[in-house]
Amino acid sequence: MTYLAKPALHHPTLTHNRVGYTRRDYEGRISTLCAGCGHDSISAAIVQACWELDIEPHRVAKLSGIGCSSKTPDYFLGAAHGFNTVHGRMPSVLTGANLANRDLLYLGVSGDGDSASIGLGQFANAMRRGVRMAYIVENNGVYGLTKGQFSATADRGSKSKKGVVNNDSPIDLVGLALQLGATYVARGFSGDKAQLVPLIKGALGHGGAAFIDVISPCVAFNNHGGSTKSYDYVRQHNEAVSRIDFITTRDEITADYPPGEVVEVEQHDGRHLRLRKLRQDYDPTDRYAALSYMNDHQARGEVVTGLLYLDPLATDMHSALHTTDTPLNTLGVKQLCPGDKALDKLNASLR
Amino acid sequence: MKPIEAINDFVIKFANVNGSGSASANELFAKAILRMGVPVSPRNIFPSNIQGLPTWYEARVCEQGYQGRRGGVDMMVAMNPQTWDADLAEIEPGGYLFYDSTRPIPASRFRADVQVIGVPLTDISNTAYTDPRQRQLFKNIIYVGALSVLLDVEAAVFEKLFAEQYRGKELLLDSNVRALHLGRDYVTQHLPAPLGIRVRRADRVGDQIFTDGNSAAALGCVYGGATVAAWYPITPSSSVPEAFQKYCDKFRVDAVTGQNRFAIVQAEDELASIGMVVGAGWNGARAFTATSGPGVSLMTEFIGLAYFAEIPVTIINVQRGGPSTGMPTRTQQSDLLSCAYASHGDTKHVMLLPEDPHECFEFAAAALDLADRLQTPIFFMTDLDIGMNQRLCQPFVWDDQRDYDRGKVMTAEELEAGKDFGRYKDVDGDGIPWRTLPGTHPTKGSYFTRGTTRDPYARYSERGPDYIYNMERLLRKFATAADLVPQPVLRPAALPTLIGVLYFGSTSPAMQEALDQLAAEGIAINAMRLRAFPFPASVKAFLDEHTTVFLVEQNRDAQMHSLLVNELSVDPAQLVKVLHYDGTPITARFIAGYIRKVLQARSLAQGKPNLKEAA
Repeated sequence: MTYLAKPALHHPTLTHNRVGYTRRDYEGRISTLCAGCGHDSISAAIVQACWELDIEPHRVAKLSGIGCSSKTPDYFLGAAHGFNTVHGRMPSVLTGANLANRDLLYLGVSGDGDSASIGLGQFANAMRRGVRMAYIVENNGVYGLTKGQFSATADRGSKSKKGVVNNDSPIDLVGLALQLGATYVARGFSGDKAQLVPLIKGALGHGGAAFIDVISPCVAFNNHGGSTKSYDYVRQHNEAVSRIDFITTRDEITADYPPGEVVEVEQHDGRHLRLRKLRQDYDPTDRYAALSYMNDHQARGEVVTGLLYLDPLATDMHSALHTTDTPLNTLGVKQLCPGDKALDKLNASLR
Repeated sequence: MKPIEAINDFVIKFANVNGSGSASANELFAKAILRMGVPVSPRNIFPSNIQGLPTWYEARVCEQGYQGRRGGVDMMVAMNPQTWDADLAEIEPGGYLFYDSTRPIPASRFRADVQVIGVPLTDISNTAYTDPRQRQLFKNIIYVGALSVLLDVEAAVFEKLFAEQYRGKELLLDSNVRALHLGRDYVTQHLPAPLGIRVRRADRVGDQIFTDGNSAAALGCVYGGATVAAWYPITPSSSVPEAFQKYCDKFRVDAVTGQNRFAIVQAEDELASIGMVVGAGWNGARAFTATSGPGVSLMTEFIGLAYFAEIPVTIINVQRGGPSTGMPTRTQQSDLLSCAYASHGDTKHVMLLPEDPHECFEFAAAALDLADRLQTPIFFMTDLDIGMNQRLCQPFVWDDQRDYDRGKVMTAEELEAGKDFGRYKDVDGDGIPWRTLPGTHPTKGSYFTRGTTRDPYARYSERGPDYIYNMERLLRKFATAADLVPQPVLRPAALPTLIGVLYFGSTSPAMQEALDQLAAEGIAINAMRLRAFPFPASVKAFLDEHTTVFLVEQNRDAQMHSLLVNELSVDPAQLVKVLHYDGTPITARFIAGYIRKVLQARSLAQGKPNLKEAA
């Protein structure tokens, strides 16, 4: 946690992106989280991703639930509207916001308690509906604000700081997202920014429900020996299956990978995403293969990271609902009200 | 026993089996009487089942236009053997029993004081039709035909209704007309008709329309500009979003692109449905949900958020019998307290109280305006009696000059011009702050919406003065609401009196009738119909002008009484509770009877010879 605000004055050498913003323009208020908290690294990755994607900060809507992770939207994209909703219910609020204005980018930030414990139902149903959003769970397996109780993602057999052993099976949000129809599913690690930034960029540009589970160690309550969500544990067991690159029109597409190793996808935002496989036996466009690969490796205690599944032809809730291209919140009485004459006819039909 | 004789003034009840297709036949019967210029008010009485169990349709024919439930049954159309005994017992002495006489029924199962009319409906139907489904469906039309002769309803009226309903479907038209005449012919040839109770052409319907409150509310949401609806199925509200879908399909599909200017989501539960409405309202779309008591219970945390974070939300609550699962298919006004003060902490919410489908249309559109204007949840409190029954009412009205009131939304231009933006700051003195919508301006006007306390500029703050400022401002906003909501309607007595009555919602038709009855007996009562909460100043004035005020409600605990005492510091002794809560719609007989009894007791206590003096 930083107690001193960085000066608002921007250093003249800071680089501007194509929409004229420096990276500093994507920052928010000073974080109130603990020093070394994984969540702050994720906020930094979001800042980096949005800057690199040339997103105007105010065209993003940030929504969260309740908890440490859900406080973070105040700490990035200060020029964007944010909504800290109720515990476990961010997905429905984000869904409604998205229905109202399909032109904004929706970033949902949640935690493992928020999404896997109290909010599992809303998490599941938002994935089912294909709400276009980047849904990030900052997963530390523990309740921070209430001082260290297990959440539903804590691994069975893992030990709390007080020495309590968790006897319940963990909920694997990545597995659920895959089963429930999310069209972009990834897992990252807050300690690996190089991997995380492209994952967030890919999610923000995706045309449907994008989910990233980010293992984000809690330095206060879940970073000790016996925890499976600590920096050390994740570093030792991290198995990355893919790397993402983004190709802009300026970049030359070089074929320096063996055929079959690279998947190229045109994203909803028009960018081309190039997915490089790091494992021979892994196919990121096969939902069920991804699920089975993950299960196998998880059983061995490995933390599979990277972009795990991508549906290149993803569609979203609006296409299912045939909603007009014009955001609903801009329609006025002329577009919405059938008028007096139609009402007269209707009255006549009720006599 | 002399048979009941009554022209244009009787109650006929149809005892049917759920899922037998009787509903449309019964509606046809009611509509035919309306087309004779005679008011009818029907009510569906149905248990929480889908198929095979009893269901009733009770229609009150009343030339004077009273639309409340009357009580008592003059004629029973007993089509359900399961409920035969209870149905028979319900008939008034001198009343009529109409039944299917195909199978003989022993004399012991009839009543001596009831006129029995047997028509071999199954026999007629089975002779005319071979298809089992047709046999069942047309049996219903055959009994409507038989009744039309017995009650003297013109055949031409039915023929015209069929022609309208089956325009372009000649086959259906012909077969329905045929079935109608099968019933008519049998009665004409075999039975004396018409009966002592009958319909006579009149001119008491005028340009009124015949529709149900849930459809009307849905139509009001279409006219009022709702674009997002999120809901979870629950009786008796499900037909609101279903009707919204129907009207949107009719009115809101772009003719060129075929795209929808609306979005309807059936959510996974009420927590999600209200969450979606909150999200859409936050983002500037007009959004509503429709639910009933149990749904409101689930929504309360979100309702508190919407109150505190100040987000426009419209919640249609079609009330049913509570608590818990209660009586899902019966009517009550028992969610007043759970809605008025929904959620933890100090909260107060606006409630609108429509009396009929006409007001359902009007108030639904008004609710959407009020939600935007006041930036808060608006409860639209109807009930099963209004929502799921067709009612004769004034036609819907819309002024094409009307624009939507989007409330205080600061634009990019205003922000650019340097207008001060404090999301929770009272700059106009009415307690209503300005808001901005996400995505409005690149550098100005963004803020973080939260359920935690904040200062006027939306910055997190747990400072006492900031908290008090905010809570006091919310109270000021609530006071502003009292002037903006639909105002009470006064029905003064013909003579000066110190006795008043307050009532609201679906009690209205029974109340009008009770007031007429009491006035005819010389009991003068000034009546005020409450149409919203918070209470405008005129409600307090009304209470001050009367020594005794009856308060008529359809719940056990006198919830409106609690609101009046709590909000206006009324002396509870001044209010006399008239409470009806068995799940059936309140009747004029009940209201007038109760008021008469109380006044009689008082006149006796005061040693006064008659009621008029006591009043």
